[in-house]
Amino acid sequence: MKRKNSKLAWYVLVPVMTVFFLFHTLPLLQGVFYSFTNFRGYGEWDFVGFRNYLNVFSDSRVRSAYVFTLGFSVLSTILVNIISILIAVGLNAKIKYHKTLRAIYFVPYMLGTLIIGYVFSFIFSRLLPQIGYSLDISWLQFNILGNPNLAWIGIVIVAVWQSAAFNTILYLSGLVTIDPDLYEAADIDGASPSTKFFKITLPLIMPFLTINMVVAMKNFLMVFDQIVALTGGGPGTSTESVSLLIYRGGFQGGEFAYQSANAVIFFIIIAVISLFQIRVLERRQD
Amino acid sequence: MEKKRYNWPATIMLMITTVFILFPLYITIVTAFKTREELSGNLLALPGTWTFDNFIQAIELTGFWGALANSLIITIPTVIVTVLVHSIVGYVIARNLHKKGIKLLYYYIVSAMFVPFSILMLPLVTQTSSWGIDNRYGMILLYLVLNLAFNTFIYVGFVKSIPVELEEAAVMDGASEWKIYWKVIFPLLMPINATVAILTTLGTWNDFMLPLVILGGRRQLATIPLTQYIFESQFSTNYTLAFASYLLAMLPMLIVYIVAQKWVISGVTRGALK
Repeated sequence: MKRKNSKLAWYVLVPVMTVFFLFHTLPLLQGVFYSFTNFRGYGEWDFVGFRNYLNVFSDSRVRSAYVFTLGFSVLSTILVNIISILIAVGLNAKIKYHKTLRAIYFVPYMLGTLIIGYVFSFIFSRLLPQIGYSLDISWLQFNILGNPNLAWIGIVIVAVWQSAAFNTILYLSGLVTIDPDLYEAADIDGASPSTKFFKITLPLIMPFLTINMVVAMKNFLMVFDQIVALTGGGPGTSTESVSLLIYRGGFQGGEFAYQSANAVIFFIIIAVISLFQIRVLERRQD
Repeated sequence: MEKKRYNWPATIMLMITTVFILFPLYITIVTAFKTREELSGNLLALPGTWTFDNFIQAIELTGFWGALANSLIITIPTVIVTVLVHSIVGYVIARNLHKKGIKLLYYYIVSAMFVPFSILMLPLVTQTSSWGIDNRYGMILLYLVLNLAFNTFIYVGFVKSIPVELEEAAVMDGASEWKIYWKVIFPLLMPINATVAILTTLGTWNDFMLPLVILGGRRQLATIPLTQYIFESQFSTNYTLAFASYLLAMLPMLIVYIVAQKWVISGVTRGALK
């Protein structure tokens, strides 16, 4: 039985792993390799040791991209998870029109981020200022995407708007596994809604919180589409994310090797953050 | 009595907050049907007369049918091959996980989930172009590779829950492994196949970054999202035209959702429970 199984395993795994190696591991190794050279994406190159890494650490544009990306990711992750839990708890209650409401809250997940970004770009740049003028609300009269200090808010709104859908479904699938008897028992003891939420609901959906935090954070750290659609990284470089910087520098700036070094650092940061989150959140579960 | 069973405060709160979801969609629809003159008026208002001119123009300008074809040519094979290949990979790994080599291989595949696309992107572009696969077919191959880690993780988890006794009975009957997989195991994997198919469809159809770096500005090959990006400068402030194009771009997945809504939500939910 076991010997037989391994025969099929060979037929399946040898070709699949060959392709996986060629198109995943090989590019990864190339990325690491070129980060120690001065390759521009074409032509001749030399080894330069750790020079790219030293330059990346002292590059203010890189630093601001990391500050923006980390700040954006932490804020969006927290907001998405709070909003998703609230919507999921609501959808899990004994509500009328349950199926219709659930279907509506899931719509954003069906749509492409880039296109949603373009729609919101119009809302921020044309619609809200128009409403601001007609209702005489001064802070609405300006396009927030044109303000280097506020443009990040627009990106957070779009990111949260879209990601909340998927996270809500994840939480909802966790909530339906909770035994309703627990709530009935709590009702008999006269527990308040907030007590029920913090003493029953939250502890029981902790495993889902762990996975949601890790997945959301990882996706937000790689933010790209929203920024292309909304600000293109601007005004100036105020909303330039790490992914956008690597893309731009690598393809348009002839910085193949330099941005490869940046990408290696980015890879390490993402891995460390993900593992750290899993550790911390799993410990809290106990 | 009947009414008391519903939680009305929650129902009303949820109904009010759907405004945040529906508002951008409402704006998309009304803007797409307006004339350019109407755009100088109240942007919230419904169009005076609903015109399809914007759609006709958008289809012509962006080559919508071509983009739709490209998206289909990439998405359909990606989804089919992903389900067929990743499921069997998950199966053979799950059933041989007691072997050290296979276990190591499993961790090797799954650890790819932590690798950001940014680090693969630059070498992948030079590699695909020098190997002559910087096209729609190369994209299919790349999606298969990039989704392998997550799908293997999902499938291995699911296969573990299927009792081995089922296969042992089939072995007694003298069935080959290949036959056992397709006749016994694959049908049992159907729920999770549906989940993987839904997630892959959405992920591939709506993806922007991979088409951007692999296909670039080549309009004949561009998928629907990439087309919106390519034409963004031509739309400029012609918002009615742009929004007609955005609505057309949203439409295929919205139609899929309306037709298969129950299936889509339960599929994603099942993925979450794994």
